[in-house]
Amino acid sequence: MSRKLLYEHINVPGIETFEVYRQKGGYRAVEKALSSMSPEDVLEEVKASGLRGRGGAGFPTGMKWSFLAKPEGVPRHLVCNADESEPGTFKDRHLMTFIPHLLIEGMIISSFALGAKDSYIYVRGEMMPQIRILEKAIAEAKEAGFLGENILGKGYDLEIHVSPGAGAYICGEETALLESLEGKRGNPRIKPPFPAVSGLYNRPTVVNNVETISATVPIINDGGEEYAKVGEGRSTGTKLISACGNLKKPGVYEIEMGLSVEEFIYSDEYCGGIARGKQLKAVVAGGSSVPILPANLITTTANGEKRLMTYESLAEGGFETGTMLGSGGFIAFDEDQCIVRNTLNFARFYAHESCGQCSPCREGTFWLDKVLYDIEYGKGSQSDIDLLVNIAHNIEGNTICPLGDAAAWPVASAVRHFREEFEWHISHPEEAQTRNFGVGPYADPLVSTVTE
Amino acid sequence: MLKVTENQEVNFSEEMLAQFGEIVSHYPEGREKSALLPIMHLVQKEYGWMSVNAMDKIAEYLNLQSIEVYEVATFYTMFHLSPKGKYVLDICRTGPCCLVGAEKIMEHIEKTLGVKEGEVTEDGLFSWRGVECIAACGFGPVLQIGPEYTFYENLTVEKVDQLIAELRKKEQEK
Ligand SMILES: Cc1cc2nc3c(=O)[nH]c(=O)nc-3n(C[C@H](O)[C@H](O)[C@H](O)COP(=O)(O)O)c2cc1C
Ligand code: SF4
Ligand code: FES
Repeated sequence: MSRKLLYEHINVPGIETFEVYRQKGGYRAVEKALSSMSPEDVLEEVKASGLRGRGGAGFPTGMKWSFLAKPEGVPRHLVCNADESEPGTFKDRHLMTFIPHLLIEGMIISSFALGAKDSYIYVRGEMMPQIRILEKAIAEAKEAGFLGENILGKGYDLEIHVSPGAGAYICGEETALLESLEGKRGNPRIKPPFPAVSGLYNRPTVVNNVETISATVPIINDGGEEYAKVGEGRSTGTKLISACGNLKKPGVYEIEMGLSVEEFIYSDEYCGGIARGKQLKAVVAGGSSVPILPANLITTTANGEKRLMTYESLAEGGFETGTMLGSGGFIAFDEDQCIVRNTLNFARFYAHESCGQCSPCREGTFWLDKVLYDIEYGKGSQSDIDLLVNIAHNIEGNTICPLGDAAAWPVASAVRHFREEFEWHISHPEEAQTRNFGVGPYADPLVSTVTE
Repeated sequence: MLKVTENQEVNFSEEMLAQFGEIVSHYPEGREKSALLPIMHLVQKEYGWMSVNAMDKIAEYLNLQSIEVYEVATFYTMFHLSPKGKYVLDICRTGPCCLVGAEKIMEHIEKTLGVKEGEVTEDGLFSWRGVECIAACGFGPVLQIGPEYTFYENLTVEKVDQLIAELRKKEQEK
């Protein structure tokens, strides 16, 4: 069994209550931070831990915190991003449901380090049950003296507020989130200024993911250096992976970074292999926005190395033959799944979720959706394939926020690796309505599926 | 587009106003607008949808222009701009759920309820619609029912039938 830093006690009955969480050593990190550490000491531990943002981009958390502006007399804020809506990602909802006090404890430590006195957890509106759970956890922590005025008699005041969204993927993007938290439409802001300088209410703000904030608890308990010993290279610590699709045992797993992808998919400790004895065809390893890889490239890199669950190894090969760890939303496709249909589904998703502020994204996502719809329903032409690549290329990098890239990459990578399947759809419009292309050459151990 | 189909009489009760006040207190002075989304959720829970009257009253309460409420209502998918069934079945239609059969579940719901996406059943009890990923992909197919947004996971055709039957029965017993 690998080490669990977040989920060690996840199966303890009653761990969602303050009482049991506390019995299992909960809130020790708050006691330690407030009684024996300065905010700078906490920051130093987080830096030493090598923790990187778990929301998708993997930006070093200690560095992000150190960018926070600290003008005299201006309040600063910590905002927790609990908008979780990247298709394939369901770890934050899981954590908040089953061990909510871990997030609250992390919020207290992180707020202390940043000097925030009013911190917000922005939870996507559909997660009403989780909002109730968090509100209860906050009330319990307050009752026990871990929140409110003069926490543990150490002179630090903190309130944590839960604020709901209302159904918009784009509000997971940090500046759109801040707009939404201010009661507006979730239109991303143009950066700079970055939230660290001008965020919520134009005040210095740090936005961090649920899992990132929770990870500060083991970091403070055991020290940043201990945390950094877990994992591999610059991918330190553990990561929650939410695994879904055609797996025997989908679910949320805490892994030590560095685990091989093969072991994650096939071992009984994790996903237990592909459901119903089928063959693996493809994987989207980090949420719908990252490039899709065929089975042979997900377990082994193009230069023949074992692919590992780390930021670096998943990205090995760049966009030609690699992908990204992203948010840890791991989606497995079996031999019966149609890549064209899934690509259309994702394209529809991004077209639906585009906020419409910039034309490459607003027009491009709808165009991708339309072209893919034609191909899927037997009305495509061979030139449409290059058209897809062209549209994706013209969105990429030309937009205010990364949603444009997130819409372009899945399409570009699907065409890159599964071109035969797109061509077959177009050349066999009727047959494609009645059966799927099947596993094709993708599951063979690294033949030349990579089109240079 | 804001299409006005119907309107309704809206008067916030003392109890609701107290809840509004509690929400407003979470945000700094002068930043009351932050309370807009949570207040809209409460209002929709009470009235079932976002009528123009409801939005105007919210604007009045928070000292905003009505347009500031309309533009929010039209941006976010959770706000209903027309009356819906008492139970709105929000079924996830995004990729990962489709890998495990969400499309079949949607077809089945459409057939069983006998209404198209967004419409209301004759008895006023049900509406359904496809929504994007609701962060339960490993437990799909999945649907949610407001206003509490309870999750129903690992759906099968049988489970859906059972759920609809239970909700119908609950209403008859009232
Ligand atoms: C379109 C889009 C959607 C995003 N959705 C989320 C989300 O649901 N949850 C999240 O934590 N980060 C999301 N992010 C990333 C955030 O912008 C931000 O990088 C993150 O919250 C930072 O936290 P971290 O450093 O702890 O990862 C999204 C980004 C984009 C561009
Ligand atoms: S890239 Fe898309 S989602 Fe992002 S700001 Fe532009 S239009 Fe909006
Ligand atoms: S894809 Fe259905 S819940 Fe995520």
